[in-house]
Amino acid sequence: MRMLDDVGRGTLGLLQYAGGVASLSAEAGSFVGRLRIRVGETFAQAYFLGVQSTAIVLLTSLFTGMVISLESANQAKSYGVSSLVGGAVAYVSSRELGPMLTAVVVAGRAGAAIAAEIGSMVVTEQIEALEALGLSPVQMLVVPRLLALVIMLPLLTIFADIIAILGGMYLAHNTAQISYSEFIESAREYSAFGDYVKGMLKAVVFGGLIAVICSYQGFGVRGGAAGVGKATTGAVVTSIILIFMTNFLLSLVFYGTSGTR
Amino acid sequence: MSANYATIESVTLKFGEKVVLQNCTLEIKERAITCLIGLSGAGKSTILRLLNGLRTPDAGRVSVGGRDLRGMSARDLVALRQKIGFAFQFAALFDSLTIGENVAMPLREHSKMTRKEIDAIVLHTLDSVGLANARDRMPAELSGGMLKRAGFARAVVTNPECVLYDEPTTGLDPIITHVLTDTIKALRKKLDSTAVVVSHDLESIYAMADYVAMLFEGAIIAYGTVDELKRSPNPIVQQFLQGSEVGPIPL
Repeated sequence: MRMLDDVGRGTLGLLQYAGGVASLSAEAGSFVGRLRIRVGETFAQAYFLGVQSTAIVLLTSLFTGMVISLESANQAKSYGVSSLVGGAVAYVSSRELGPMLTAVVVAGRAGAAIAAEIGSMVVTEQIEALEALGLSPVQMLVVPRLLALVIMLPLLTIFADIIAILGGMYLAHNTAQISYSEFIESAREYSAFGDYVKGMLKAVVFGGLIAVICSYQGFGVRGGAAGVGKATTGAVVTSIILIFMTNFLLSLVFYGTSGTR
Repeated sequence: MSANYATIESVTLKFGEKVVLQNCTLEIKERAITCLIGLSGAGKSTILRLLNGLRTPDAGRVSVGGRDLRGMSARDLVALRQKIGFAFQFAALFDSLTIGENVAMPLREHSKMTRKEIDAIVLHTLDSVGLANARDRMPAELSGGMLKRAGFARAVVTNPECVLYDEPTTGLDPIITHVLTDTIKALRKKLDSTAVVVSHDLESIYAMADYVAMLFEGAIIAYGTVDELKRSPNPIVQQFLQGSEVGPIPL
């Protein structure tokens, strides 16, 4: 009986969460649709959430590209298929790891910042102050962050793809003596322009998801500093889980079950 | 007897299972200072939030300036809030903006004034609360009393018809408390506005209140002038005013 009670309570909580996120998305979307956008604040957020995340995104991508190359280059060479290494790195980076790892890193850095900032504003009554002044917290806070991430995440993903391929190329050259030209030729042959475009589309979705989830968690803060910490952790964990789930669904839509669409 | 600026009629409000207000009725007199007193958690701050539509009652009716807040459109609610200033307990200034930018915000967002006109009004308003030289400072650089006064300045910069003060003197020394009490009285007179003040500070209330309402267990149990309240036969009111541990109020 108690288990049923817990299951029911959990299901209700999940539905309430989903409804809240959907409602926040709709409200933010309505401001964007009516062009009620604070341009200056959007640029400021694009700089803070996007530009300032560049270094960690590039570092993560560099090592990801290098590790794919490290694992595959010598194996491929020993089987006489070294011409596949460049393709493997480019294929995996453009389709999956580029957009997904960029989103995960940005969720960890920028998403946590969004949840903590909005959460602190809730605790210090700044959100209520906005409402008392007749201003919408969604328009003032969520819309600039949403647009900033939707614009910046695809750009970061392009950089991530490029740096991953360069890292992979460098390592393939130095550990398995695969020439730069052979690596680049392979990358061009096995990854299509459409893969990069689809990777950027994924990044757009992930950007929106991080902004809305983290803002929602921030608005839900209760109970002071401890509440802010809890909401920040929840925002990052929820965002990362949803990024993985959404990535799977988008890959299924973009590439089908054979993975070659 | 002056007319009512706002009325709360038979309002009930719950937060989850907790009943905050139970069949609560209160009249806010126009162009007067009405102080709300009561135990911590009695629902005083909630009444302030009902008056500017930040909270919606589960039952009952709230009307402000002759208009019923029930079913009021979002646009009308925004218009109403521009006429009601709100000074928060901890000032609630936007910590990424300077004091001047905080005070200018309502004007920048809701008026078509030029930057020069806004700057002049902001400086004048800051001067009226004794903070003319704090315009370019950040909230984190100010003392508690200065923060409260900056919050007052933001609340009154649009010349509102009513100002709501949430515990304006809590946690401050007696001198600053005196300064803030005088500031509230002076602002009310200057704006010719209505003021509602939530406070625990009885000395400050005696000095500024035209009317006092006491809230207990979700309802108004006493209402009148300071003298009428002091003479109230209600033992709960007397225990509260005397700050006594002995009496009907459960500790």
